[in-house]
This record gives sequence, structure tokens and C-alpha cells, in this order.
Amino acid sequence: MTDLIDLSLSEARDGLRSKDFTAVELTRAYLGAMERSRELNAYITETPDKALTMAEASDKRLAAGDAGTLEGLPIAVKDLYCTEGVLTTAASHILDGFKPPYESTVTSNLWREGAVLLGKTNLDEFAMGSSNTTSYYGPVRNPWQDKTAPSRHLVPGGSSGGSAAAVAARSALAALGTDTGGSIRQPAALTATVGFKPTYGRCSRWGIVAFASSLDQAGPFTRTVRDAAIMLRAMAGHDPKDSTSAKIEVPNFEASLTGDIKGLRIGIPKEYRLEGLSPEIDALWQQGITWLKDAGAEIVDVSLPHAKYALPAYYIVAPAEASSNLARYDGVRYGLRVPGKTLDEMYANTRGEGFGDEVQRRVLIGTYVLSAGYYDAYYLKAQKVRARIAEDFRSAWNSCDLLLTPATPTAAFGVDEKQDDPLQMYLNDVFTVTANLAGLPGISVPAGLDSKGLPLGLQLLGRPFDEGTLFRAGGVLEEAAAFTAQPGLRA
Amino acid sequence: MTIDRQTVAKVAHLARIKVAEDRLDSLAMELDEIVAWVEQLGEVDTDGVRPMASATDMVAAWRDDVITDGGYADRVVANAPDPQGDFYTVPKVVE
Repeated sequence: MTDLIDLSLSEARDGLRSKDFTAVELTRAYLGAMERSRELNAYITETPDKALTMAEASDKRLAAGDAGTLEGLPIAVKDLYCTEGVLTTAASHILDGFKPPYESTVTSNLWREGAVLLGKTNLDEFAMGSSNTTSYYGPVRNPWQDKTAPSRHLVPGGSSGGSAAAVAARSALAALGTDTGGSIRQPAALTATVGFKPTYGRCSRWGIVAFASSLDQAGPFTRTVRDAAIMLRAMAGHDPKDSTSAKIEVPNFEASLTGDIKGLRIGIPKEYRLEGLSPEIDALWQQGITWLKDAGAEIVDVSLPHAKYALPAYYIVAPAEASSNLARYDGVRYGLRVPGKTLDEMYANTRGEGFGDEVQRRVLIGTYVLSAGYYDAYYLKAQKVRARIAEDFRSAWNSCDLLLTPATPTAAFGVDEKQDDPLQMYLNDVFTVTANLAGLPGISVPAGLDSKGLPLGLQLLGRPFDEGTLFRAGGVLEEAAAFTAQPGLRA
Repeated sequence: MTIDRQTVAKVAHLARIKVAEDRLDSLAMELDEIVAWVEQLGEVDTDGVRPMASATDMVAAWRDDVITDGGYADRVVANAPDPQGDFYTVPKVVE
């Protein structure tokens, strides 16, 4: 029999329903995998007792014929989602000891469907980063190795690096992430997992520690496109507690995986052909175009004239919103308190000690661009550029149904690289950030290996609330790529 | 240079983050580099463009003005660093 941790989520679901194994057996297999891969530092908190209790309850429901869509499936959750009674850190010192008295809407939806919590995964502090190196709990190691230097510690990308590494290493069947500028799609590409960022508003943000509220969106990491479709259906839906969550029906996304993309128009944005783009990435992009064309899609050249301004606009909008959102960490209501003689001194001491360097940098930038005299020049200007970027996409949809681009400008890099220069790190999100500014859905699909044996991903972007078409084309891309390689440091 | 050590000190005070004196210069350099980079947005013609504050065009939803939650102060203060009864505490603010 195949090792249980090698089954995809849909296979495990079907196996549970046909009683090939139990939810407790499947969960035990994953708890063992989680233990064996501790060197990756993918989890901040493991919840084995809770997992087994949940799995036992799942087995009862399976026996009673009362199974949810994710019944008995062991899943990891980015430690940015509040989980009732379970330590929730956002990978920050400032949330020391915080056990939320409530459950986030998206995780509630998963438990309602019978999913089993394995633990809370590591991330960049407050989801600010692209390499999972800003975590107070230490960096995550990518289970993939550079074959020319196998002992070298590579990053899994970020900010949802722990979730990506866990799914890639088979220490979780699927995982939750969040994507503010690429924090699902970029680590998915660097770990050969499928990463899906839904349309802004598709999933409730209630109970997810806020970074940049107009950009944040919840999404899944899985090993197949079908698994992502199953996860998203369970996660999504309107929530009265998040007024930005959309009152729009959640379709059965799995049903859209027809394998048929004949006549679908795929746009290739010429502005994504960056100067100095790695020849390997470019070749993979060309290969992706050929795959979709061979499957019957029509390839269309499109232009997104303001794409090059997306990153600088993001680095005003996101820090501005973050500086406001993170004002709540004041040492009064939860987490760390560092004493001071006055209230102001207590605030400053707590935040000075509780926030790491990158979070401080972004809160300071955000405070600066919102401060008197600079608001119009920076913040308002960035919001106007954002409007232009969104307009570019609306124009593109006149001539195409989806866009195909590389997911990242490079493969996984060393844990010691790009650490001294914030701007170099920010460039990781150059291909992903436009979708957050425009609120669009996107998927990263594993598509190939580079010359060092490291995975690379292709990204598809779609129209608002047209996730079904993304799953359909993503499935075709996945089948054409036939990616079967596995990481060296898997469980 | 737009951002010098005095600017960093001022912004850090506004953000209520204690920054050590010996970090002011390096932070000023880093922040200045980031701000210089975002200045390229000036190249974009945005005359007459309405600022985009939200990723969707949705209109804020109305709801009935009724209480739907609450009544458990003990749970609300359960995570507070130094609660007293059902109250948060802060250093003395009134002389």
C-alpha cells in the first residue's frame, strides 16, 4: 500500500470514504511526518492531541455517513489565523503567549467540514517578508536542495514559508496561507506546491491577524490543483463579520476541472518580460505558452503599462495599512508588555522590543507616508497608481480570459542571501503583487526544475470571482508539466 | 536625502517605537533608499484619477444596529499582561 502521506488530498478523501484507512491512521501518519521533519522548522506549534481528538470525531462521522467535504483530512494552518485556545503568534515576539478566545471564520469553515488541525505553521513576522527569515521563531528550511550544494540551507519563500514547506515535505496534506503581495504564490513556486490566492472578498478575513486589509486574502497550499479547488470551496463564503467578504455564491470548484481549455484566450503581458530575467525562467514561461497552446488555447499579447509601478505602489499602500493595523499592539490587551514609567514609554518599549527589524521598518515607512505633509505626495499618489494598475487589467480582460506569467523571478535562494538589502528582497514579489493591488485571483503551479534541481512555478491570473477558469487552466498546466520530482528533505 | 536621523526619530515617536540612538543612522539610510525608490511613482500621470482605497467596488454594507456579541469580560481580558478583575491596567496617566 502507498504510504498514506503520499496520497493527494482528493485521494485521501476518497480513501477515507471507502474505508481503506481511518482518519486516526491518516492523522498518525502525518503526526509522525511532522516529527521527522522538525529540522525544517515549518511549525511553530504542533497540536497532536487536538489532531487525534478531531480525527476520532471524524471517524465517528465517517462511520455514521455524516462526513464533511474535508472529513478527517490533516491540515496545517499559518500561524496568522486565530485558533481558539491555541497559541497564535504571527511569528512575532509581541504576541507572546496569545491564545485567542475565538476562532477565525476560515478555520471555523474547515472544522465544520471535518478537517483536522495538525499545528500552526511558521511565517515571516506579521506576514512581512518573502523568505520566512523575519520570523521570531527562526527561519524555515526549504525541503528542496540545490543539487550542486545540498547542505546549503535554502529559504522556502514567504511569508507563508512554513505552510509551503510542510505541504512540500509531506508533513501536512494541505495548509492555509495568506497572500498580501505574493505570500502564497511565491513560496508555492519555490517549494513545488500549488498555491492559490482567491479574489479579494472570496474568503472572510475575520480572525486573521491583519497586515494590509485592502490586500490580504486567505488561500490554500496543496500538492495538486484539484486539492486546491476542494480546499477553497470549504474556506470561502460570505461572512457578516467581514463586510468586505463578497455576497456571492461559492461554486463547486472541483467541477470546473474539465481539462478542456479549447478557445480560452491566454494573455501574455509584455511588461512581465523584465530586463535581466533569468533565461531559465523565460524558457519555462515559453514552455507554459506552448503547453496551453497545444491544449487548444489561443495566445494573445497584452499590455499592462503600469505593471512596473506595482511594487513601489505596494510599498506605500501595504506599510501604510500595516502601520494603522499594528497600532493595536500596545502592551495593554494581549501579548508582550515591556514596562515604562509613563503610558507612552510603555508603548514605545513594548513595540521597540516586540517588533522585529522588518516590521519596524514597514511601520515606520507607513507612519512616514501617512504623516502630515506627506499623505498626498505618497499615500494618495500610490492609491491613484493602484487605480491605474487595476484599469490595466480591466482593459486586458477585453482581449483575454486569463494571464500567464512566471510566478517568481528566481528559484529558492540561500537563507543568508538578500538579507542586507530590503529592496532586493522586495523584488521577489514583482510578478505576484499586481494581483493583490487589483484584487484578482491567481494560482501558482509547479512547472519545472532549474539546472540546480530547484522547482520553478508558473502563475495564472484571472478575472474577479472567476476562480473556476483558473482551476480549469491550472489543471491543464499541471497535467502538461507532469511534475513528479520530490524534495530531498521530505518526511 | 529626504530621511535623516531626526526624521526617523520623529516618525519612531509617532509610531511609538523605541529606536536605539545607534540605529537611527542605519535606519535613516534604509528608509531613505526605500522612499527614493517609491518616488518613481511620480512618473505616472494620475490627473483626474480617483484614488483606489479598496480592492473591490463594493459599497459598505448596512446592518441593524443591534448587539450580537459580548457579555464575557473575563474572556476579553484573559490575554492581558496585567489585568485586575475585568479591567486592563496601564501606568498611571493622571497625577
